[in-house]
Amino acid sequence: MTALLAVEDLSLGFATEAGFASVLDQVSLSIERGRVLGLVGESGCGKTTLARAILGVLPADSARVTGGRVWFRGTDLLTANPAVVNQTVRGRAITFVPQDPFSSFNPVFTVGEQIMEILKWKSPRAASPTKHGWLPGVVSPYPSERKRADLDAVMELLDAVQLPRPDQLLRKYPHELSGGQRQRLMIAMALLPGPDLVIADEPTTALDVTIQAQILGLIRRLATERNVAVLLTTHDLGAAYEICDAVNVMYAGQDVEYAPVDRFFAAPAHPYTTRLLASLPRADGTASGIPGEVPGLTTPPGGCRFHPRCERADGPCREARPPVDQLGAGHWVRCYHPQRVTT
Amino acid sequence: MTDAILSLGDLQVHFAVRGPFRRRIGSIKAVDGVSFDLMPGEVFGLVGESGCGKSTLGKAIMGIHPPNAGEIRFEGQRIDRLAPAARRAVRRSLQYAYQDPAASLDPRWKIGRSLHEPLVIHTDLDAAQRDARIRSILEAVGLPDTHLDLYPHEISGGQQRRVGLARILTLHPKVVILDEPTSGLDVSVQATVLSLFRGLRETFDLTYILISHDLAVIRMMCSRVAVMYLGRIVEIGPTDAIFDRPQHPYTRSLIAAIPKIGGARLSKDFWLQGEPPDPGNLPSGCRFRTRCPKAVDLCAREEPALSALAPGAVACHFPG
Repeated sequence: MTALLAVEDLSLGFATEAGFASVLDQVSLSIERGRVLGLVGESGCGKTTLARAILGVLPADSARVTGGRVWFRGTDLLTANPAVVNQTVRGRAITFVPQDPFSSFNPVFTVGEQIMEILKWKSPRAASPTKHGWLPGVVSPYPSERKRADLDAVMELLDAVQLPRPDQLLRKYPHELSGGQRQRLMIAMALLPGPDLVIADEPTTALDVTIQAQILGLIRRLATERNVAVLLTTHDLGAAYEICDAVNVMYAGQDVEYAPVDRFFAAPAHPYTTRLLASLPRADGTASGIPGEVPGLTTPPGGCRFHPRCERADGPCREARPPVDQLGAGHWVRCYHPQRVTT
Repeated sequence: MTDAILSLGDLQVHFAVRGPFRRRIGSIKAVDGVSFDLMPGEVFGLVGESGCGKSTLGKAIMGIHPPNAGEIRFEGQRIDRLAPAARRAVRRSLQYAYQDPAASLDPRWKIGRSLHEPLVIHTDLDAAQRDARIRSILEAVGLPDTHLDLYPHEISGGQQRRVGLARILTLHPKVVILDEPTSGLDVSVQATVLSLFRGLRETFDLTYILISHDLAVIRMMCSRVAVMYLGRIVEIGPTDAIFDRPQHPYTRSLIAAIPKIGGARLSKDFWLQGEPPDPGNLPSGCRFRTRCPKAVDLCAREEPALSALAPGAVACHFPG
C-alpha cells in the first residue's frame, strides 16, 4: 500500500537576525488513509513547522527548504506548480484544524457566512478546479443550485460533529459560541471540502479535559468513518495515546522515533522518548524531568541533537546523525544506543 | 487539631452584568457560597473546568475581587474588610503566583529590578540587604545570578516561572496561591517545576493552594482537593479518596476524562455530554443536573448542600 503522504528527508530553516535557524533536519514521515498519526514533541521541536510545510503556508520571504520532498498522491508539493497546488490540494485535499479556535474566526461575520465563504471556493461540488474569473472575489457568482447542495452538506456535517440546532448556529457570531463548539465547527469546516488529509495542530490544547475527551473521540470516529488521514500534532502524550494509530516523536527539528501506538508506550527505544514518558506526573508523586534545555536552532549541536542532554551519548553521537534502525514491525529509531526490549 | 491558617466561610463573589445606562440586568455568580479551612503546611488543590470560578476564588482571597458576602479569615483575623494599610501587611504573607509569568514581569525591566520591587514596597531593607536576599532566593529556585541582568524575553518559560516564584518568596510568605502553575509548560519542564515547588515548600514552610485544571498535576502534588463546578464546591476530600472513590458524578466524569496511558481508550465511551451552562443563567436546583445521568425531579427542585460523607464531603442527592 502506498502512502497518501510521504515526507522524505525534509530539511528547512528560517533566516533570522541571529543567522540561519535549521528548524527541520532530514525529517521523514508517511501516513495512509483512515489512520491517525501523532506528531509528538515539545514546543519548539518543529512539529508545527512541519505541518505548515506540508500545507505550503510557510512565510515565503524567510523560510528556505534545503532538501527533501513532500509526496502527496504521487506529486511532490514542493516542486509542483504553486497555482495547481493552491487549487487542487491546499484547502481541498489537505485541510487544517488550528490550535486556537478563539482567534481563528473573523469576529465580525456570522459563522454561517464564514463557512459558506469556504465552500464558495473549495466545495467538492464545484466544477473543475475553481477558475477565478476577471471579477473580484466578492462579486463573483456562487451558483444558487450549488449553494443549496453545499448548505445541505454543511447541515449534515454539523450534525456529524454533534452540534445541536445547526440552522440557528449558523446565524451566530463566533463570540456567542463556547470553545468546544468553535473547535467542533473548525473540524466540520476542515471536513467540508472532502479532504484526503486533515492536519490538526494541537486541536485540544485550549480546551478543558471533559471537552478534550469529546473532541478526541470525534476526530477518531470521523477519521475512521470518512477514511480520512489525520496528522495530529500534540505535546500531550495522553491525547496521542487516546486516538493515534502510530506516533512519530520529534526533538529539536529531528525525528527520533516512530512506532505503533502500543509499542510506543510499552517499549520506547530512544532515550528522549523514555525521558519524555517518565516526565508525566504519576499518582505516586514521581515525575522526572529532563535536565538541560532544548538547544537553540541557529547553532544546533552536531550529530544527534539530543546528545548534550543524553546519558547514553558518546563519540559517534556528536559526529553524525544516527541512521534509521529498524527495531520491529513499523518501529524504527534514530539512535546509536537504543533500548532494545526483547518481546 | 491545629488551627486553620486560612478559612473561608460561605464566600460569595458576584459580578454584575450591566445593560444600557449601566442598569444592572443580572449577575454572574462566580463564587457562590464556598467554605473551607486550610491547614498550615497543606497543599490544597482546587480543580474544575474553565469558568468554574477557581481563579476568582483565589483572587478573592487576595482581596483583588471584593467578596459580596461571607468571610475570609487569615490566622484567625478577618481580612475581607480591612483598611488598605492593614491589608498591605497581610498581603505580604499571602501571595499569588499568576498564571502567565511573562505577563506579570515588566518587559522593559531587568529581572533584578523586578525582584527588588516587592522588597522596596514591603520592607525597609537597604539596597545591599535586598541584593543579598534576592541572590539567596535565586539560588533556591535554581537560577544563576547572571539572570539578574537579563530581560524577561531572554529567558525560557520555565525560567520565567522560577523568577515569578522568586519574586514572591523574597517576602517570606506563609500561604502561596499558585494559579495554573504549569499551564503552557512542556511535560519535561513541568516535572522539574513541580519538584521545585515541593522543595521550596519544605525549605520555606509554605502552605499552597494549587489551582489547576490538570488533574494529573493535582493528584501528584496535593494532599486535599476541592472540585468546583459553576462557583460551588461539589466535592472535597483527601486526594486519594477523591481519585480512588469519587462520589459526585461530576468528579467521576472529570477523572474519567484523563487519558490513561496503558489503560482503556476513553474516547470510545466517554459519557459526559454537553458543556457547562451559562453562569449568568444557572439551572434550578443542582447546577450539574443538565449534564448529569442520574438527575431526577428532586435535583431540579432542590440544590444539594455540601454534606459530610467520610472521609470528605459531597454536594449531591445521590452520591456514590
